[in-house]
Amino acid sequence: MSALSFVTDQAGQYVHWGVVLISVTNLLIIVAMVLVFFLALILPFGSKQDRETAQERDRQ
Amino acid sequence: MTTRADPVSPGDASADRSWTVRIRSRVVGLVPEGQWLPGRQPVYVASWIYVFGVLTLASLAVVIVTGGALSLGGVAWYHVSSLGLFVNSLHLWSVELFFAFMVIHLWGKFWMAAWRGGRALTWMTGVVLFVASIGTAFTGYLSQTNFDAQWIAAEAKDGLDAVGIGAFFNVLNPGQMLLWHVVLLPFAVGLITVMHIILVRRHGVVPPIDADSPIEKEE
Repeated sequence: MSALSFVTDQAGQYVHWGVVLISVTNLLIIVAMVLVFFLALILPFGSKQDRETAQERDRQ
Repeated sequence: MTTRADPVSPGDASADRSWTVRIRSRVVGLVPEGQWLPGRQPVYVASWIYVFGVLTLASLAVVIVTGGALSLGGVAWYHVSSLGLFVNSLHLWSVELFFAFMVIHLWGKFWMAAWRGGRALTWMTGVVLFVASIGTAFTGYLSQTNFDAQWIAAEAKDGLDAVGIGAFFNVLNPGQMLLWHVVLLPFAVGLITVMHIILVRRHGVVPPIDADSPIEKEE
């Protein structure tokens, strides 16, 4: 049996929690998107010098 | 020798009424001068969350280019040849990234209440664009010409019949679905994208809730 058919033969794994039924793959993608969203909020954009220059420019 | 003819003298009232001048004035007035491609943005735009709109746009460009290549090659090409399969995969994964970036963009704009400051139409064009994009992706899955497409069509048929649109939007008709996917819906998505971008450039990027916007101060 080739690796490809092994993959296609799988029914897939699901998380079943009350009324929520979601495949592990979809759940991982959603978790990754939420993680990227929070990283986008907290990670600094550009260098510290760039931000200071921009703040100085906006104050003027 | 040809010379540039200018039969209308400056200040001529008939020239001001002509349809070309009216359209030109309308197009030029859509966005304030210098705001089509501004060189600077307010300091609050220096955040990664403001990047996801343009990432969505970049993904859409890849979707359109790879979709054009698939149309040129045809079904047999993209199901059989190595290059065709590669372009097919590029088309799929650029769509996946398009939706991931669009949803993160949506989350960011929702939590900063991006409809503030006269930006309701910008928000609403984004909402309609999201729905039109889902329709385009759906008809794309129906146009894969494989068993997956047949299964999705069979599952969707009952649902779309139940909401009353199955008679004219028949998911079991692959020709109709393919044409919706490559003509009607891309045209709608492209048009609404242009409207959305014009509105963003017209009203500017929404400031964070606690930031002072010079425009809102004036209002």
